[in-house]
Amino acid sequence: MILGKVVGTIVSTNQNINIKGAKLLLVDTCNTKGEQNGDFLIALDLVGAGYDEVVMISQSTSARETPMTKNKPIDAVIVGIIDVMDEFEKVVYKK
Amino acid sequence: MVLAKVVGTIVSTQKEQNMEGIKLLLLEKIDPVTLNGKNDFVVSTDAVGAGLDEIVCLAAGSGARQTTLTKGVPTDASVIAIVDSIEKDGKFTFQKNKNL
Repeated sequence: MILGKVVGTIVSTNQNINIKGAKLLLVDTCNTKGEQNGDFLIALDLVGAGYDEVVMISQSTSARETPMTKNKPIDAVIVGIIDVMDEFEKVVYKK
Repeated sequence: MVLAKVVGTIVSTQKEQNMEGIKLLLLEKIDPVTLNGKNDFVVSTDAVGAGLDEIVCLAAGSGARQTTLTKGVPTDASVIAIVDSIEKDGKFTFQKNKNL
């Protein structure tokens, strides 16, 4: 998985994703301290991630391993919201 | 998925059998804030009927084949949504048919 920070939302009515209640979030990949890299991607939100939260994103085929995205044209999903991250026994990120 | 803009179409008469009958688009990946092109072009199949200059959502990899139109088509990039608006940090950076 990769780390990303939720920075916005994408609205699309004319689409072929056909997932009811699909929420597409604009995510900026970030480092372990939550600093953004400026490399954006769109991910389907499965866990109710809010603005400015650091999340875990799963990409490519495994993005379809959830009941909501089975056989759907989705290649990036938010699979978890990060509460705490530590590196070498030092907390580097806390929600 | 990544954001891209439809900058052109591709016509190919000599191609893989399964690719026939599906529209090919020329896309340029864009930055969601400035909407400027990143000079990174992709040839992608079109699953929603996107037109020129529209901002779209591009699915890559095996996800591109999961739509009814692209089932069994040897594509690894498909337009799966036409973007109506992009909101970042509480502000709209793009709204369709509203020139900011």
